[in-house]
Amino acid sequence: MATIVAPPSVARHQARYETGIWSWLATTDHKRIGKLYLYTSLLWFFVGGLEALLIRTQLWGPNGRFVTAETYNQLFTMHGTTMVFLVIMPFSAAFFNFLIPLQIGARDVAFPRLNAFSYWVFLLGGVFMNVSWLLHAAPDAGWFGYAPLTTKAYAPGINIDFWVLGLQILGLSSLAAAFNFITTIINLRAPGMDFMKMPVFTWMSFVTQFLLALSFPIITVAVTFLMLDRFYGTNFYTIAAGADPLLWQHLFWLFGHPEVYILILPAFGLVSEVLPIFSRKPLFGYSVMVYSAMVIAFLGFGVWAHHMFAVGMGRVADSAFAIMTMLIGIPTGVKIFNWIGTLWGGRLRFTTAMKFAIALIALFTIGGISGVMHSSPPSDLQQTDSYFIVAHFHYVLFGGSMMGLFAGLYFYYPKITGRLMSEKIGTVHFWMTFIGMNLTFFPMHFLGLNGMPRRTWTYDANQGWEMSNQMATVGAYLLGAATLLFAYNWFSSMKKGPVAGNDPWGAATLEWSIPSPPPDYNFAVIPTVTSRTPLWGADPGPGPVTYPAPAGNAAPPKTAAQLHITMPTATIKPLIAALGLGVMFTGLIWHKNMPVMLAGAAIFVASLYNWLLTPLEPEHH
Amino acid sequence: MSDHAPMDSHDQAHVDWGTYKWVALVLFVMTVVEVWVYYIPAFVATPWFVPTILILGAIKFAIVVMFYMHLKYDKKLFRALFVGPLLIAVSILIALLFLFGQLGPHTK
Amino acid sequence: MATAALADAHAGEHHYTSTGLNSNKIAIWAFIGSECFFFASLISTYLIYKGKSVVGPFPHEAWTNPATGKVMPAILNIPVTSMSTFVLLMSSLFMVLAHAAVVRGDRKYSKIWLLATALAGATFLGFQAFEFTSFVHEGLGLTTNLFGSTFFVLTGFHGAHVTAGVLWLVTLLFIDYKRGLGPRDAINVDICALYWHFVDVVWIAIFALVYLIR
Repeated sequence: MATIVAPPSVARHQARYETGIWSWLATTDHKRIGKLYLYTSLLWFFVGGLEALLIRTQLWGPNGRFVTAETYNQLFTMHGTTMVFLVIMPFSAAFFNFLIPLQIGARDVAFPRLNAFSYWVFLLGGVFMNVSWLLHAAPDAGWFGYAPLTTKAYAPGINIDFWVLGLQILGLSSLAAAFNFITTIINLRAPGMDFMKMPVFTWMSFVTQFLLALSFPIITVAVTFLMLDRFYGTNFYTIAAGADPLLWQHLFWLFGHPEVYILILPAFGLVSEVLPIFSRKPLFGYSVMVYSAMVIAFLGFGVWAHHMFAVGMGRVADSAFAIMTMLIGIPTGVKIFNWIGTLWGGRLRFTTAMKFAIALIALFTIGGISGVMHSSPPSDLQQTDSYFIVAHFHYVLFGGSMMGLFAGLYFYYPKITGRLMSEKIGTVHFWMTFIGMNLTFFPMHFLGLNGMPRRTWTYDANQGWEMSNQMATVGAYLLGAATLLFAYNWFSSMKKGPVAGNDPWGAATLEWSIPSPPPDYNFAVIPTVTSRTPLWGADPGPGPVTYPAPAGNAAPPKTAAQLHITMPTATIKPLIAALGLGVMFTGLIWHKNMPVMLAGAAIFVASLYNWLLTPLEPEHH
Repeated sequence: MSDHAPMDSHDQAHVDWGTYKWVALVLFVMTVVEVWVYYIPAFVATPWFVPTILILGAIKFAIVVMFYMHLKYDKKLFRALFVGPLLIAVSILIALLFLFGQLGPHTK
Repeated sequence: MATAALADAHAGEHHYTSTGLNSNKIAIWAFIGSECFFFASLISTYLIYKGKSVVGPFPHEAWTNPATGKVMPAILNIPVTSMSTFVLLMSSLFMVLAHAAVVRGDRKYSKIWLLATALAGATFLGFQAFEFTSFVHEGLGLTTNLFGSTFFVLTGFHGAHVTAGVLWLVTLLFIDYKRGLGPRDAINVDICALYWHFVDVVWIAIFALVYLIR
């Protein structure tokens, strides 16, 4: 193998990007990009959580005046938009980034610079949308922004412009990442790793990438129509011109339903990694887990109008979507049984990660049951637009996605940071979260069935709603405290936590065979894989005596240069390209300022050309 | 990396200048037929007009994809990456046309 | 894409791939799959709103403006659009010939066919520009009615895709002149070709569904 000698100009360039802030701004390392996603999501989690607390404070008692109705609309819109697009999706992306190359035995993703670009565009999108708060003009028409309510005629302010453009920006980030991970998983698996030997998290993520690649174009189109209506006077959602008020709803939910599978499948993947390790048993029904995910993704494109049972589509349409929705419960439910089968007869160890994973099984099942109730149109006509729906989706999104993400965060913390989180604090965090979550959202089932509608800023007394609302508010504050505790545990353990070795949990897959944190090249030698659980061999074994296992004294890993491994060069070009996009969208929202828009577009195109015509790695000599 | 692309250049051999010529000719002829048929009012009035246009269009679509994009000779992976989404997209399109009353029993 | 991948291929003999296939090619097919959904959404909207415009002009039938009494004829120009369709179809042939030339290392014909493809693409865009401006002149704008909005946005996005393709082709042509495109570059020309053919194929669908079907 040739020795890599970079020409002098490249070497000088590289030195600047090796340390400090530049090493983050110019990174193309999937592990760093994963960390960037993680910390950014955590920040937005607190922002979205604060929005939730403000909502719950307003709803503490009847006729609350803690915030105005207008502010309330902005709060629930931004809470939803933030949690979906700026928290759950990027937390999942943090794991896609950090974990997929490690799990498949690769050195990086297929397109490292595109990967960096995805992150910077995501950061841009989140900031762009939240800048609206500074103008007290945050989006205020719900996270689903139904047109014609969101057209200029009914939403003349700049609020929805922020929403529309912010979503476009975020969509670009997700699409780019999807193409990247699809290619990575297809093409960069280690020798011997057939598709049916891939870890389940990678499988769930693979399916998720297809959902992203196919559903985001639809919302791009829907939002483009709205953007054109608002900025340039087209008629896509103009009723007077003959437009159909249902066009937005169909297009949005055609995206929106696959989106909810995008939100849950990665968490399912994380749980599928955690449960086997702490049961000392391989995952029960690996093939079924894989195939059911594919079925969910496929059917997921056929159920969208179950969000529209109240609009009057007619009996045929309602029935068709009802049946499809009930069908999709089957592959989803099957997974629950696979997890239970994994736990059954296992030697269980209740680490914090395990607790969160098991909680997902229970809480997602509850959310799934209320979901099945919605699948029947007559039943849904009672439930739709009520707090019953709010209860449902918080059970699946918090009780499902967030619990799964927490399980992943605790499980992979040692791999990411090289230290171990405090299990004691973790346990307290878990119970506060579990109790807080149920206290907040379980009463909402009753609120909904007792008639409390969604998205209303206040309610009258003497309807029997006070107690449930108070419980929900207390629960929400408990969740806030729990999350602060989690953040404390996360950051303090980085300094104070015991040092983790390669594999503190006695785990099974490739990522646990390398140092924690991994060196930039991941694997000194790309492994050849012969089983789904390479580290377990024939028998999982009893696992470490204590959880987590104390670290041995390992020599520091060699550098890439010492091992003659070529690494992708760090480069600022993806960031510049993202900034170009930012300038372009800022120009558009700022009075359709054409010079600024053109400048932004020019920066974007120029940096893209520069990037595409520059080799990814230093030339061989 | 397949920069020498033994696989790809081998596939190229399957599709040569002769095949390309035929494909181009077929595309041209079909387009002529489509436009010709458009100008026959008697035919346009029949229920056969729309299916004819759709079928001709679909065949053109398929031959460009199979031969020019050489999906017919390429790895199955590429076929899966394209045909899967195409089928789902077309199904959704048809479903939407029913939902918006553009297809189905005429109740105008 | 382009020379970045070229550099990868050169520098990365040690780059193992699970399938033996080029990563850029996998990515472009994934992208094309995604674009199926993008254009299907635009086409769906066009078809959903077909025949529902409250005011004219209309694509296939005349309309009398009730306010002014002015008659506006059917606005689509099938003969002209048939020409542009033909040009785009031929451009796919030129693209295929360009790729074949690059594969066999034919420096002369690679330039000729790449240029021909780019010119055909530019001609198509010229036809589109002509069509758009004459429609506006005849009273159909982006905001006139549902037909105007859906038509211009659908064909506009298609035209934007053609434009990006022409820029890509011109870039390849430039590289061909500068350092030459040889057999090792075939994969990158192939990827450009896949994009180009897809854009052609979308037009086949648009021509049938928008122009020919009444």
